Amino acid sequence: MQKEIFEHGLNHNRRKFLSQLSLGIGSVALGSLLIPDLFSNNNPDAIMAGLPHFAPKAKRIIYLFQNGAPSQLDLFDYKPKLQEMFGQDLPASIRNGQRLTGMTADQKKFPLAGTVFQFNQYGKHKAWLSELLPHTASVVDDLCIIKSMYTEAINHDPALTFFQTGAQVGNRPSMGSWVSYGLGTENKNLPGFCVLLSKGKGNGQGVYSKLWSNGFLDSFYQGVQFSSGENPVLYLNNPDAVSKADRRNMLDKLAELNDENYKTFGDPEINAKVQQYELAYRMQTAVPEVTDLSKEPESIIKMYGADCLVPGTFAANCLLARKLSENGVRFVQLYHQGWDAHGDLPSQIKGQCQDVDQASAALITDLKQRGMLDETLVIWGGEFGRTNYCQGTLTKEDYGRDHHPRCFTVWMAGGGVKPGVYGETDEFGYNIIENPVHVHDFHATVLNLMGLDHEKLTYKHLGRRYRLTDVAGNIVKGIIA
Amino acid sequence: MKNKIILAIFGVVIVIAALDSCSDSEAIAEGTVLPDSVSYNFNIRPIFSDKCFKCHGPDAAKREAHLRLDIADSAYAALKETKGAYAIVPGNVDASELFKRVSSTDTSYMMPPPNAHLGTLTPFEVQLIKKWIAQGAKYQKHWAFTSPVKAPLPKISDDKWPVNAIDYFVMQKLDQLNTAPNEAEDKERLLKRVSFDITGLPPSIAMMDKFLADNSDKAYEKVVDQLLQTPQYGEKMALHWLDIARYADSYGYQDDNIRSQWPWRDWVIHAFNKNLPFDQFLTWQIAGDMLPNATQEEMLATGFFRNHKYTEEGGVIPEEYRVEYLVDKTKTFTKGILGVTMECAQCHDHKYDPFSQKDYYQMLAFFNNTKEAGYEGDVSTSKPAKTPFLVLGDTDIQKTLSFIHKKDTGMLTISVMGELDTLRKTYILNRGRYDAPTVEVNAAAPESIMPFDTTKFPRNRLGLARWTVDKSNPLTARVFVNQIWQDIFGRGIVKTTGDYGMQGELPTHPELLDWLAVDFMEHNWDVKYLLKEILLSATYRQSTIATKEKLEKDPENKFYTRGPRTRLTAEFIRDMVLASSGLLVPVIGGPSVKPYQPAGLWESATSGRGVLATYKQDHGEDLYRRGMYTFIKLTVPPPSMVMFDASNRDQCEVKRSKTNTPLQALIMMNDPLVLEASRVLAQKLLVQNADQKLQISNAFRLIVCRKPTDKEMTILGDYYNQQLQQFQQKNLDANKTIQVGEWPVNDKADINHSAALMKVIVMIYNMEESIMKT
Repeated sequence: MQKEIFEHGLNHNRRKFLSQLSLGIGSVALGSLLIPDLFSNNNPDAIMAGLPHFAPKAKRIIYLFQNGAPSQLDLFDYKPKLQEMFGQDLPASIRNGQRLTGMTADQKKFPLAGTVFQFNQYGKHKAWLSELLPHTASVVDDLCIIKSMYTEAINHDPALTFFQTGAQVGNRPSMGSWVSYGLGTENKNLPGFCVLLSKGKGNGQGVYSKLWSNGFLDSFYQGVQFSSGENPVLYLNNPDAVSKADRRNMLDKLAELNDENYKTFGDPEINAKVQQYELAYRMQTAVPEVTDLSKEPESIIKMYGADCLVPGTFAANCLLARKLSENGVRFVQLYHQGWDAHGDLPSQIKGQCQDVDQASAALITDLKQRGMLDETLVIWGGEFGRTNYCQGTLTKEDYGRDHHPRCFTVWMAGGGVKPGVYGETDEFGYNIIENPVHVHDFHATVLNLMGLDHEKLTYKHLGRRYRLTDVAGNIVKGIIA
Repeated sequence: MKNKIILAIFGVVIVIAALDSCSDSEAIAEGTVLPDSVSYNFNIRPIFSDKCFKCHGPDAAKREAHLRLDIADSAYAALKETKGAYAIVPGNVDASELFKRVSSTDTSYMMPPPNAHLGTLTPFEVQLIKKWIAQGAKYQKHWAFTSPVKAPLPKISDDKWPVNAIDYFVMQKLDQLNTAPNEAEDKERLLKRVSFDITGLPPSIAMMDKFLADNSDKAYEKVVDQLLQTPQYGEKMALHWLDIARYADSYGYQDDNIRSQWPWRDWVIHAFNKNLPFDQFLTWQIAGDMLPNATQEEMLATGFFRNHKYTEEGGVIPEEYRVEYLVDKTKTFTKGILGVTMECAQCHDHKYDPFSQKDYYQMLAFFNNTKEAGYEGDVSTSKPAKTPFLVLGDTDIQKTLSFIHKKDTGMLTISVMGELDTLRKTYILNRGRYDAPTVEVNAAAPESIMPFDTTKFPRNRLGLARWTVDKSNPLTARVFVNQIWQDIFGRGIVKTTGDYGMQGELPTHPELLDWLAVDFMEHNWDVKYLLKEILLSATYRQSTIATKEKLEKDPENKFYTRGPRTRLTAEFIRDMVLASSGLLVPVIGGPSVKPYQPAGLWESATSGRGVLATYKQDHGEDLYRRGMYTFIKLTVPPPSMVMFDASNRDQCEVKRSKTNTPLQALIMMNDPLVLEASRVLAQKLLVQNADQKLQISNAFRLIVCRKPTDKEMTILGDYYNQQLQQFQQKNLDANKTIQVGEWPVNDKADINHSAALMKVIVMIYNMEESIMKT
């Protein structure tokens, strides 16, 4: 059954309901107590028959997007062959006609660059991890490491847009919008889809609000940018001179004025407006509570690292993500910039890992100790991988890597995924030799974990039923527990 | 069906769902009345298109069982895969395989098959198909692809009501609904409505008083004429066009550096103000550079096709992006001007509409001959315009292009269109991939819309422009009048403003749409004339009172049982706040400005490169310009606009949604702009007149555009007194309250009174009615 039908019916009925009561504003408050969902539009769990399409394994998602594309060869995908063949040219048989970006297409040579970092095996599945990720290593038994991700795009903007919206171009709804469209939020005083931004010191690639856009879905489903600073949501705070009681007083008077108008014109939208003011008022309490990290105990601060008390850092955002998730936010999307190391990679990636390793692992541990990991899907990864050959000048200590769409690593944890290592690349770390996972497959699988059938979660727009997975996508059964 | 499911979920809603009356299309879907004569266009094709064409439609690659149902010959022919059977036998329901399958419940036999995820036909749809086949299964050409003609005015129940032709068509439907139109709107509300519809601004108190005092028959028409002469008319009209043209002040993509297309935006305002006929308005934008002895103004107009995003990301493959830009141009043209979803045919034949992949690349070929490069270098070499560009010096602007509001000396460069000397070949791209060219094609427009007669039209952009504005083109005029209608009534006569194809919604008033389109062309594509016709109609002038009966019969007001009551467009909400408080700086055009914005937004999303990495807020007059001049950085569009559903300008957009969210409430309560405007207006009123009642009622009139009722005055007065007491007793901090915004505090006004009146005004700005066109 199509969700849009229900939504239409619901909106329709909400208006109808209000107009037929004809009792004015007071009755709205009463009505919303009786049937909250009729007004808040916030809990489509109740609205939609048949959704989720089947029993979900995960209820919530926290996506730690590593924007700029971390090097899989220096973090996850250990290739001693590249060290053995250090400085030698990438064999043409391996490159096999793969298109290159304009940055290295004109290079005369493609010298192989083995990582300068030590790798060791960790955990039950003997997963290889770089020395840059000691904290990640400590939670490795909870991770499902997918080494065989691939994408179609070779530049940041289209690749990032592809990962977030299922299409390289165009104004399609973000993954988070699709999920909140399908499942709504569990907390009607908070948005269902929240976005947190942070920046590392490495070479950065910007993010853009289109990535968390609702596209053609109702703007109710757009990602709301949060921060752990003083004004966590835009325009949330009352002016300094306006107290909470003062605001309440104003809203009561305002409701009286609006009620006058409703009596004359009978437009149900007038009452709907009053209701949105009430929701805004509740958000003014709920949001600061959830974004206040100051009451977290010492042990938690220690776990995430001291940075988590500095607003706008990746660590602070991880901690905030846990709190939002705990409070029922369906989809928390983080972006951490700075992974685009075309040169000076060893030094840049060290800094990036210092920013993210501890907090990423802490998030897993923290969710686990709260009994939330089972129902929270955590995803970690970038928009593509990086080349096994050097961009620019290669030395023993220094190299850069260009964009590489053919294989890269993403990990997931919790929410119904099977811990272990999935997929394999060739000895050059250039091509996938086992279990390839396309971006569409990734989306299909994530939706599946949330109890959604990616072929059925559709929205009709300009005559076509759109999906997050466009017309493709296969569920990767091998990573589902 | 819908009702049943809702019943199952909410026990409580049973009564409501049962009471819920449906709109007519829903009523048909609910299966109450079969039409006497079943129409292919209106009854059958919507079903086929939605449920059948995906596999039995125009797309040859995805066609199942060699059957296509969008063409009579194929639908009547013997089925290739079922011997002796026919999908449709006109007049013989029992022999029609199609009927047997859509009415079957056997999952291995039924259509659509369950694995197509298309759902099943409703019993009523099955009955419609049955009757249609019985009546001879007559196919018709798609309504939108036949040229519009003026139908005679219909007979209606009340000949005294209509002001002009529009009202005849509207009343015909009201008669069918068995309801009467509303009374005319009261003068104050009507003036607000028409003022926003023509200028995007509220009327001044002087205008209100003058109009209220004018009891002549022509009072309203006089006001309409006056408003149409104001330069703010051009600004208002331009806004929708900027959405279509995806106008922005930056290049988009990762680094998102600054560009200077604003002189093109100034031209759009100018073109509407001088009432350039719409056929010329389009011709100049499509091919102004190719007109004989093209003027600078005509060349400037072609900036329309250069407003899309340009990447400055290092290392991109130039051809990939050159093709991407062609795709964007093609989409903007076909969606914004022709109202069709031709972009679907970029990778394969269109699944619903008669556009083949070849048609698509023939259309794209018109734009493939410009001097544009796919890539001009990364952000470190970024320039305000990209090749080909127009260079304008001070003399050009003073002499012929005085509408460009240039602030400094120095040259202006604007990206425009310009042809290569030789013809660049265009190929069909396999799966739409830039590096997979297959068959060569020539420029041409889709046959199914209107044949591209090469004896009349040259195979280039100028030919395309001529084809577009040819009076036989079935789409151009319909699409534009519908956009104008949508802007005024909140909903188009064709609701799917960007899709006139098979999957688009049918017009609610097809004869009205055609009448308006033909009339518009007969009047030389005169936009002001078109707008005035609509605004003078009795349909438009109705009051917005929504009685129970009308809400039941016409919940969406798509039959115009009452006047339009819609929320103001994002930019006009800002304009309303500025104009009512007296802060508005009514300068027209010029480089876009950076007013107040929450801190850190650009900074947190930037790559750190380019001049837009940090937001450098403007000061002085630039803080108080109209919303359409707020700087649009594509990666971080102005938040308060986007929250009120403004376009993010990423792509051509023909319709904005009108949502109602808590974030909008937060903006109206806490945006420094609203607070500053309230304070400035409060102090102005305090200094002007000591009468407290007059202060409140004038504030109310300026914002809500009508006099407050006694009850409203009581509520506002009580709130004022209560607040004043709080400030005087120091329970609330008056000084802190009024310290907002950069406009200087007026020391002549008492601080406690300033703060109290300011809070009353903030509350008035937050009234639902304030941001509604009433």
